This record gives sequence, C-alpha cells and structure tokens, in this order.
Amino acid sequence: MWSDADFDVPAGGIIAVIGPNGSGKTTLLQVVLGLIPRASGSVEVFGHPPGEINHQIGYVPQNYTSTSDEAIRVRDAVMLGLNGHRWGFGKARGPQLARVDEALAAVDATALADRRLSQLSGGQRQRVALAAALVGRPRLLILDEPLASLDLANQREIVALLDRINTDVGVTIFVVAHDLNPLLRVLTGAIYLKDGVAHFESLDRVAEPDLLTRLYGEPIEIAHPHSDTYLRRTN
Amino acid sequence: MTTYLAALDYQDNWWQILTSAFMRNALVGGTIVALAAGLIGYFVIVRNTVFAAHALAHIGLPGATGAVLLGLPVALGLGAFCVGGALVIGALGKRATDREVATGTVLAMATGLGLFFSSLATRSSSTMTNVLFGNLLAITHQQIVSFGVLLALLAACMGIIYRPLLFSSVNAQVAEAKGVPVRGLSIVFMTLLGLSVTMAVQAVGTLLLFALIVTPAAVAITLTAHPALAMGVSAALSVLSVWLGLALSAMFNAPPSFLVVTITCGVWAVVWASARVASGDRVSTT
Repeated sequence: MWSDADFDVPAGGIIAVIGPNGSGKTTLLQVVLGLIPRASGSVEVFGHPPGEINHQIGYVPQNYTSTSDEAIRVRDAVMLGLNGHRWGFGKARGPQLARVDEALAAVDATALADRRLSQLSGGQRQRVALAAALVGRPRLLILDEPLASLDLANQREIVALLDRINTDVGVTIFVVAHDLNPLLRVLTGAIYLKDGVAHFESLDRVAEPDLLTRLYGEPIEIAHPHSDTYLRRTN
Repeated sequence: MTTYLAALDYQDNWWQILTSAFMRNALVGGTIVALAAGLIGYFVIVRNTVFAAHALAHIGLPGATGAVLLGLPVALGLGAFCVGGALVIGALGKRATDREVATGTVLAMATGLGLFFSSLATRSSSTMTNVLFGNLLAITHQQIVSFGVLLALLAACMGIIYRPLLFSSVNAQVAEAKGVPVRGLSIVFMTLLGLSVTMAVQAVGTLLLFALIVTPAAVAITLTAHPALAMGVSAALSVLSVWLGLALSAMFNAPPSFLVVTITCGVWAVVWASARVASGDRVSTT
C-alpha cells in the first residue's frame, strides 16, 4: 500500500491508475471519493476536499453485478445515477427521461434501454454502467478496472468510447488498469503506484522504458509495429 | 382454536360464511397484511434478503411463545423478536445473508426455543400452531387496527426511502459515493422487514411466510423489471391470493393459509414455466 504521494493531475485528460495487485489502486479512488479517511496529508478534487463534490464525479466500481440485476431495467439503473440519491418516490419527468436517453446514446446503448441488466453481456453491462456514471454530467469519471474480464474486441470498444467521451464531453477520466496496453493510444498520463509511492507522470514520461521497467519489475519498452502501440519485454 | 378434520366438502352456504363478521375481519386484516407483504417483497428479493426474511419468521416464534409465558400480548413478543432479529442481521451486514449455515443454525435454535417456551406454558400450544401456520380467521379487530397503523408506517417510509433504497440495493458502492446513507437505509429496511414479517406471521404463519412476502414478488419480477410496477403487481397478487384463499376456505372448509400458499405457488409455477418456455423459444429462434 502506498503512503507517499505528492502530485497534481491536470484536468481534461485520460489518466491511467496503474500498479501491481495490492498496491492500493482502489484505495486511491476511495480517497479521491472521500469514502475512506486519509491517515495524514491532504487531497483536493477540483479545489475541494474529497467527498464534497461527488455529484460532479461519475464512479464505475469494479464489481457491479448483483442479484438485483434480474429485477431492474437498464433505463431504471441509469436513472438512479441521476436521481437515486434523492429522497421520495420521484416520478421521473420529461427532462430527466431525456437525460437518460442522452446518456444511453452517448455509449451506443439506446437499443438496450428496456432490457434487464441480467440480460446484458459483459461489454454491454460496462457501457450501461458508464451511462449511469455519465448521466449526472460529471467533471470527473472514475472507472475501476473497466477492461477486466472483457475480450479484446470489447476492450477496444470501451477504450474508443472513453476517448470519444473525453473529447465530446470534456470530462477528465481516471482509469484503473493493471495492463496499460489497451489504453496506451488514448492516455494523457498515468498515476503510478509502486513500492509505497504514488506519483503522476504525463504521457511523454509514461513511455520511458526505465519508468515502465521500474513499474513492471521487468525490462519493458513501447513498441509501434504496424502503427499499433503496445508494451513489450525488452530483449 | 379451530380444528380442521372434515374432508373437503363443498359448503353451499359459503357466501353467508364469507360475509360473516369473523370473515370480514379476516378479509380486511388479510388485505392489509398482503399489501404490506407485497410492498416489501420486491426489495426482499432485490436486496438478497430472502433467507433473512425466512429466518426472521422463525426468530419470531420464541418471542410469541415467550410472551404467552410472561402473560404479554403475542404480537408484542413476536414484534420485538422479529425487529430485534432484523436489526442484528442488518448490523452484521450484507455478507450475513450469505452465511447460510450460521443463519440456519440460529433459526433452528429459535424454533427450538419457541417449542421449549410453549411446553412451559400450558395454554400456548394453540399460540404455537397459530404462529407456525397463521390463522387468518382468528384476526381480531384490535389486530386490524395495529396492522393498519403498521401498513401506513411502512407505506410512508417506503415512499420516502424508495429511490435511495433502490439505488443502494442495485449498486451500493456508487450510491455510497453519491452520499446515500447506505448503512442507515439498511437498518431502516431491516426494521420495516421485521414489522412486515410480524404482520405476515400472524396471517399465514412462520412456515408459510414465503407465500406472501417472497413468492408474489418473484412472480412480479418475472413479469416486469419495472421496479415500481413490480411492487404493484406483487402487492396485487398477494391481495388476490388472500381473497381467493378466504373464499375457497369458506367454500371447502380448508385452512386459509394452505389455500393462500397453494394459490401463490400455483401462479409462481405457471409464470416461471412460461418464462422458461419463452426464453427457450428466444434462444432457439436466434
């Protein structure tokens, strides 16, 4: 777990949060969300203490499937992202319904609106979770391992979607990942968690072999065969 | 206490029976209980507290027989144990509902304790049967009043917490990040569940509780995934099965609890089977 961190992350980009298992990636997100108190130090989110402006943060946790998935439609789940924190029965009005449709359209999930959550595939489920996070028009999206347990095609689709959302909506995106490869093309920087230290590097530094090597504990470099980008072990 | 030894004979004076004073109490009381059960049932399934609801009904048994032993009202003992048990299960957190062995052991202990208390008090054996199997026909005017108050309380609370409760049930982590008091809602929900179980036990009994709280909600969820609509369908099915159960019990002189259970289970079986057939069709055509 990290204990030493001193960095600022510029708003507006797509930033990976990477580090080995157990390095505290999810803990970092929970600190940003104000869900767990810090032992010491200070954290600011858009100039506010953590937890104070969570309505401006869209959060997609790692394991979001539950037993309730059978009992709720996609549009209801997305609606909860908009007004689920409000008391009362709250019959949805026109503008709110429009916001839900807009969020579903933004992730190409309009056709899924009336399905049950339990009827979705992993990739579809991830897109709907993204819609539920986007519907509140956040300034920051926090995604915990959004690519885990997705096949390559779905990974590419989600990454392209993140790129589009970042460009169109101008939202800053934190993506927790243990593999940088699928994200390299769209990243603007990365927060590294390694040996108890967390620090931020912008894209140009991300690519440096010695940094990658330190992170992965193996000699790693970035390769660009056939204009694609991926990490490979240095021979 | 009524004994049911007669064979299932058709009674042609059933309308007269159905409109008599004690039947009116049964109809009104049963309707209130069914509405409450239907309202809470959707969330019992969504929150994965089906086994907890079952356990609570059993935990209520020593409360009821213990109350008789101490000369207290049965409903008071039942309510105290159900709500107390609900709060303990709630405090243990969501994972507690997965601990089936622990919960099962506790409910076996509770049932045993209920039997023990019952054996200590001479006049509580009828209480025991009533708590285990319910007795719609013995519902008193006083019970109807307390059921009415509890239903009003339940409906008011549900109206207030509906959205955040649904949010925290569907996605607790995101709800918590959005400032929803997930733990507090869990405690409120478990208290409401304890109250609903207290009512439902008096109508259909510990052993048949599923028929009013879980089965109609399961049917509703199979029919629709629209949360509010599912709650409505579930409440309607509970009420209809109580009405039909009472009418059939007047016609054939059979225990209403048995008939209510038979009706809801029958509907569930039909709906479940047709949903299976429908999904099978979908798979084979694509």
